[in-house]
Amino acid sequence: MDYEKIIEVEGLSKNFKSLKAVNNLNINVYPGDVFGFLGPNGAGKSTTIRMLMTLISPSGGNIKIFGKELNPNRAEILQKIGAIVEKPDFYGYLSAFKNLEILGKISGTQISKNRIMEVLELVSLDKRFNSKVKTFSFGMKQRLGLAQALLHNPELIILDEPTTGLDPQGMKEIRDLILFLSKEQGKTIFLSSHILHEVELVANRMIIINKGSVVVEGMVAELLNSASLKVTFEVDDLQKALAEIDITQWKKKLESVVKNKIIFQLEQEEISVLNKLLVEKGIGISAVVPARSLEEYFLNLTEKGGK
Amino acid sequence: MFTLIGVELFKIFRKWRTYIGFAAVTVLVLLIQTAIYFAKDTYVSSMTRGLDQAFMFTGNLLNGYLIAHLILGILVVHVPFLVTLVAGDLLAGEATAGTYRILLTRPVSRLKVLTAKYLAGVIYANLLVLWLAALSLGFGFILFGTGELIVMKSYIIVFAQNDIIWRFAIAYAFAGLSMTMVATLAFFFSSLVENSIGPIISTMAIIIVFVIITSIKISIFESISPWLFTSYMNAWSLPFDDPIEVDKAVKSAVILLAHIIGLFGITAFIFKRKDILS
Repeated sequence: MDYEKIIEVEGLSKNFKSLKAVNNLNINVYPGDVFGFLGPNGAGKSTTIRMLMTLISPSGGNIKIFGKELNPNRAEILQKIGAIVEKPDFYGYLSAFKNLEILGKISGTQISKNRIMEVLELVSLDKRFNSKVKTFSFGMKQRLGLAQALLHNPELIILDEPTTGLDPQGMKEIRDLILFLSKEQGKTIFLSSHILHEVELVANRMIIINKGSVVVEGMVAELLNSASLKVTFEVDDLQKALAEIDITQWKKKLESVVKNKIIFQLEQEEISVLNKLLVEKGIGISAVVPARSLEEYFLNLTEKGGK
Repeated sequence: MFTLIGVELFKIFRKWRTYIGFAAVTVLVLLIQTAIYFAKDTYVSSMTRGLDQAFMFTGNLLNGYLIAHLILGILVVHVPFLVTLVAGDLLAGEATAGTYRILLTRPVSRLKVLTAKYLAGVIYANLLVLWLAALSLGFGFILFGTGELIVMKSYIIVFAQNDIIWRFAIAYAFAGLSMTMVATLAFFFSSLVENSIGPIISTMAIIIVFVIITSIKISIFESISPWLFTSYMNAWSLPFDDPIEVDKAVKSAVILLAHIIGLFGITAFIFKRKDILS
């Protein structure tokens, strides 16, 4: 491997007339990464993926994949990429098997019938291999999309919202498959999503974009640790606890009170300090439940980025 | 490239709309032949009306060749619509179905994909002409037998039986070239839009307008006509002249070919730069 980064995007921009869909975007994806590409709907995720897959041309910037400029080396690079770009559309009048077979032929690679059945089995569609795709549900098409992305055993897999339209079981299967491809097969995965939780479960690095620009990027664990937590303290004497809190700086951190539960917005290291204070004041604590406010964190970031 | 063309032909022949053209040609040819078969005598007498005073007609006047010649003259005007049904859908159909995204992210150049699709469309258009030829001549021979071919223009030409087939071969080749031109135009419009209805209507509208301009003998239209491809689409009838106007036939073929190459070039230029947003 004579490249350090699998994907290297510098100053990428795309304008549609006066609309800046992507604005000066920089992305670095390293070998073996499960890279989360997060942003709300309309943030520019799919436009970026379309540029990575040469479906649309950038207005500015530079894209290198596998250490090579994308446009002059398009065919060579795409040979090593499997992708789902937005919703999975296929030739509805052909069977799942035939769809994969002709996509293999177009790619110019020898894809055996066994390999087609293997990827169909991987996405649990092997029993419907001969059914016309027009009879498939959206979730089944999504899984077929994943099968076509994996067909030629690519090094880099680009998945644009791969769990959209799937039921919870289907979502879990896709997550498990992503982890399997990453950990067992060493694939690099570029995962676009608007659901932070989905990325948190599988990605090691992530970037959040909004309105075409980067809001934040880094290691998933670090970014999420920097987020504040919603912590619920279950107390035996609510009035006494509230009276103690009222005369301290913790009052500013108080968010709400429900029955005998007091909910605070705290940093990780503040939990034990507050717990100690309440115990010292003779207040019995039956439970401390921290919960990371992922969606709020995400919303805060994207709102900031939008301003 | 052959694999890509094969894939495109496979896709074309797995769609219902592909068979509309073949079905329509079959129905029309059989309908015309059957109608003439049952009105043989009336048809022959109306055809030779005014001539039987000066000429004596012998032999099998109403034969397969005459019927095929007649059908070619009638249907070459209507087959373009059937060609656009498929050619107009070649690119726009991918956009409508959203399959551009899986097709154009394969490790094959856009120009190759475009060329394969175009050639598959051209093959379809020419298969339609071949089907027309096979049905017209085949059923013509079965129902009406063979004989000399009488062609009536401003004068009458009678071609000997052994002097006819090669003329039909050239005539069908010209018809194929004309249908290729129509397919190229529909393909061009297909590259611009994301719905196949647009290319079908646009192509037919252009053909109708151009044919009207070509057929109205007004000086301004006459000066425009040589620039319109429709002026050369009736070149199929040139082989049935004696002597054949070779210069006119060559000029027609060259102009149609130039239109085809030019229009495909423009389509390729646009398509290579097209942002796929569907």
